Amino acid sequence: MSLEMIFFIGLSALTLGSAIGVILSRNSVYSVLFLILTFFAISGHYILMNAQFLAIVNIIVYAGAIMVLFLFVIMLMNLNKDTEPQKSSLIQLAGVISGGCLLLLVVMAFRQAGLEISGSNATTSGASNIGLIKVLGKKLFTDYIFPFEISSVLFLSAMIGTVVLGKKDDDIAVVAD
Amino acid sequence: MLLAITLSLILEKLILISVILGGSLGIAMYSTWAERKVAAIMQDRRGPNRAGPFGLLQPMADGLKLFMKEEIIPTFSNKFLFILGPSLAMVMALLTSAVIPWGPAFGDMQLQVADINIGMLFIFGVLSVGVYGIMLGAWASNNKYSLLSGVRAASQAISYELAMGLSLIALLMVTETLSVREIVDQQSGSILNWNIVRQPLGFIIFLVCSFAELNRAPFDMAECESELIGGYHTEFSSMKLGFFLFAEYINMFITSVILACLFFGGYNFPGMDWVGANVPPLVFSLIGVVVLLTKAIGFILFFMFVRWTLPRFRYDQLMNLGWKKLIPLALANMLITGAIILYNMNN
Repeated sequence: MSLEMIFFIGLSALTLGSAIGVILSRNSVYSVLFLILTFFAISGHYILMNAQFLAIVNIIVYAGAIMVLFLFVIMLMNLNKDTEPQKSSLIQLAGVISGGCLLLLVVMAFRQAGLEISGSNATTSGASNIGLIKVLGKKLFTDYIFPFEISSVLFLSAMIGTVVLGKKDDDIAVVAD
Repeated sequence: MLLAITLSLILEKLILISVILGGSLGIAMYSTWAERKVAAIMQDRRGPNRAGPFGLLQPMADGLKLFMKEEIIPTFSNKFLFILGPSLAMVMALLTSAVIPWGPAFGDMQLQVADINIGMLFIFGVLSVGVYGIMLGAWASNNKYSLLSGVRAASQAISYELAMGLSLIALLMVTETLSVREIVDQQSGSILNWNIVRQPLGFIIFLVCSFAELNRAPFDMAECESELIGGYHTEFSSMKLGFFLFAEYINMFITSVILACLFFGGYNFPGMDWVGANVPPLVFSLIGVVVLLTKAIGFILFFMFVRWTLPRFRYDQLMNLGWKKLIPLALANMLITGAIILYNMNN
């Protein structure tokens, strides 16, 4: 067994184990910590595929910024076992069904992608440079410039929406005047 | 083969890592002594002068004291996270040293643990997860003051990371590389090649943000003792408290080294080529290390002078400075840098 295979198996076990930990732990702070661990393991997978830029950006954005805010909110609300509301079984059933649908969709998408990759000549040696920052930057700003800019507009609209929602009513009245 | 690992490589890196860890810990230890001496001199006092000549054994005495103190874990705290907090703070503080080039290469041996081509982003990544130690320790203490402090530390870190990242982007536009070693090598030759000349505004923004990221005065909101008792380490005792305090000093040392590498030429010094040609390579490498450490100690002293000169900001002032002044300034810096690069390209 090659070294990469050993790393892959170890990381996969860590990813799946911590992902299961996210949904199984009773304490929501532990859930957040398991999610952070999952992100780190996924970054490890990226590094194995020589996508270093993606790996580190995953850590900066998800583990470093978004999860800090998650933890922030959960700590402030101070959730624990006693105050957790009991959900009705109907809602739980709906959750299982919609989650199952999503899983089905993701599996289908991956199967499709898998066929395309094995069909074309994107072998591992050719694909191994795709994650490096120079290649990625050139691709993003030439071939994929339109989706890239559109996604930034999406972020901007989300930001403006948050500001509008976060403002108090009388503040909006002042702005409207 | 992506992963080629040989025994000699492992040995070389192990030795390098142990030297760097030992060195960082030693410098952090003596930073505590220097901090007290600087404070004493600035306030016309004597400072530590009992243990050894000039109080030089004071850090050992302090360390011994911290080890000997009784370890107290609050009754209603979360024990696992309570211990994880200070450990994480320590690990994150030491992790950044991996991508720093400590000196010119000595033969085949690079004085750097890992020359990865995303070195700058690695530093930024470690920085962005560094706040977890404080947050977890603060929450697990089950103390309202600690919790407030943890929340403050988190929001402060996130706010100032933005301006810091934006000022770094302007620097990276100039250097066109993310590898710290390449950034340092570009600055060799005269002092005019240092990045401080090319990015003065970026340097000032980076410096102010690093005060905030280090939780140091005038931005030490997280341990503001007049409002929050001791902040996140109120409930910690013995060596767990020591880890938090120590991690702060290691962070200060590493940040000083990064400032020296990014803006002040790293291990480069004027007349370096002549020295390189006339002394044996080992001596040359050591001179490089000493030059880098001298620059870093200069920054450490600067951090200390500022701490004992400026009063603490108010929390709203801190947020105003971060969001309304530094971020627009960093964006403007980025725009100007881009315009100049474009102008140079067309001429």
